[in-house]
Amino acid sequence: MTDGFLPRTALQALIDALGRRYKRVIGPVVRDGAIVYEPIERAAQLPAGWHDEQAPGRYRLAQGHDARCFAWANGPQALKPLTFAPREVLWRAERNDRGELAFAEPPVEAITTAVIGARACDLAALHLHDQHFAYGAYADAPYNRRRRAMFIVAVDCAHPASTCFCHSTGDGPAATSGFDLALTELDEGFLVRAKSDAGRTLAEALPLEPATPAQRARADDEQRAAIEAQTRTLPGRNLRDALLARLAHPRWKDVAARCLACGNCTAVCPTCFCHQEGDVTAMDAASAEHYREWDSCFTEGHSYIHGWVVRGTTELRYRQWLVHKLGTWHDQYGRSGCVGCGRCIAWCPVGIDITAEAHALVKEPDDARP
Amino acid sequence: MRGHSLTRVRPNPYLPQEAEIVRRVQESSTIFTYYLRFTDPAAHAAYAYDPGQFNMLYLHGVGEVPISIVSDPEHEDLLVHTINRVGRVTRGLEQLKEGDRLGIRGPYGRGWPLREAEGRDVIIVSGGLGCAPVVSVINHMIRRRERFGHFTIVQKVKRVDEFIWPERYERWMQVPDTTVLVAATEGSANWRWQVSPRIQVLDQVQVRSERTIAFLCGPGGFMGSAATHLASKGVPAESVYLSMERNMQCAVGHCGHCQFGPTFICKDGPIYAYPKVRELLQVEGF
Repeated sequence: MTDGFLPRTALQALIDALGRRYKRVIGPVVRDGAIVYEPIERAAQLPAGWHDEQAPGRYRLAQGHDARCFAWANGPQALKPLTFAPREVLWRAERNDRGELAFAEPPVEAITTAVIGARACDLAALHLHDQHFAYGAYADAPYNRRRRAMFIVAVDCAHPASTCFCHSTGDGPAATSGFDLALTELDEGFLVRAKSDAGRTLAEALPLEPATPAQRARADDEQRAAIEAQTRTLPGRNLRDALLARLAHPRWKDVAARCLACGNCTAVCPTCFCHQEGDVTAMDAASAEHYREWDSCFTEGHSYIHGWVVRGTTELRYRQWLVHKLGTWHDQYGRSGCVGCGRCIAWCPVGIDITAEAHALVKEPDDARP
Repeated sequence: MRGHSLTRVRPNPYLPQEAEIVRRVQESSTIFTYYLRFTDPAAHAAYAYDPGQFNMLYLHGVGEVPISIVSDPEHEDLLVHTINRVGRVTRGLEQLKEGDRLGIRGPYGRGWPLREAEGRDVIIVSGGLGCAPVVSVINHMIRRRERFGHFTIVQKVKRVDEFIWPERYERWMQVPDTTVLVAATEGSANWRWQVSPRIQVLDQVQVRSERTIAFLCGPGGFMGSAATHLASKGVPAESVYLSMERNMQCAVGHCGHCQFGPTFICKDGPIYAYPKVRELLQVEGF
């Protein structure tokens, strides 16, 4: 469903319309050789002409001469740091002269934020984080404050990297849900479709023109090409039983011999939710902060329990990551924890490929259980 | 999730409340017990819990640690925690004195299925140190002795110095219709209890009916062996409950450290029916 066509020359009108309604507008820019999401004010800040080349252990940007602003797959991060903060203070404690303790929450900070350039894979990941953090008896207030203050402009992905496999996981390359407004980029501008009430309201403020059947046909062609360009796949949408039946598979040792246990994969993964809590005390020992920050199941401390480490080897840690990501996520949230963004492949310093590992594990018959 | 958890939702589930150490008891060279009261009387009155649940205790400037609650919610006004000095936070907690303050948030997790145990024979098996969760459930049931059938209390330790509460077990031997079995892997000159390799002491457990329920606490391998053994004696697998433990930091199922396969031990556990955890219980790395 297309609501209209936004000429490329009117892209600034979109940013201005967002800027009038939201305190900050965040979009993709080129910094330090990568696509990163930062506050923007002008359409000229968007990465026009930039393209990414990704492969196992490799991420490079190159600038061409075209005007397209979203002709790349993704960068190391997108939405995750905006809702699940890499580090934040949960509460502060004060001890007075009599030794009494007082606990206080930090002030509520929810900057209304519009994000331009969310990919279908990142929206699928956001939906998974919503399931993990946003609901239930222990709904996470800091997450929800940021999440509910967010307006999302998705952009269909027409330039998957060699590492991408979102079509295989069922999450892309076109954005189908989880956004307020979505754009399909063409050379001359953008097809625009609204999903939410807020998105429709915003669309009304844009200088939209009618979209032509030829434009729609070209957009469809680009989406088909984006699907066909993806060569990587997972060997199935639900690998839970297959992986749990292969906990003693020799491939775990094989991959552990290559894995550095650096945690890059978990840092760039848009669905990894593990975080650790910690405390910082002021020099006078009276006040202390209790914070949380992203953690990784590849660290020794992740499974530490009074005097012993449950997963003492890289083999056990890689197995934990993969069996959870592709396996037990199904028990927890009704689907795999992988959205096919391929970041863990590109940002792995030794180029371990989750799709290759999954195929290697699954292709052979079940081993005897350990 | 049971209803009571929903009624206790607080605006920030991570925020502790101040409590005062009313009484301190040194149980052994490394184990101590704190009797605690929330300093806010309304918070103290509102605090409710089930045996087998745990709290996060906060030592100012050092950090938090999950500790199971050993007091009896219907019989004790103070909140009681028995703590083993094993890590950074518990080493610091050990230094506190009566009148000192700490932070508490909780209770978290699912407790023992005491209602289901009523009218049935009960077998309680604990292995090694860290048997505080079963001590609380034993005390709870002995106070309500008439509601349960035969009691069998089994405590297995490796070394005799891990058996820290001999007087409690002697007292429980006097409770009507109760069998107490204590064994160490290696005995000593003054060891008056049994010597048993592995879980051989369980051979002496008599299962009279399939309406028997068992509560287990100890290392995963120990509980797995004990559960298998009890099943071979006729205790249905779904009537065997285990107290699980992993790294717990948030206590609300968010931080990911306590995942045991598909479950989050902090909120789905720490007490599980055996079939829920059987598949991975003895697999290294889970």
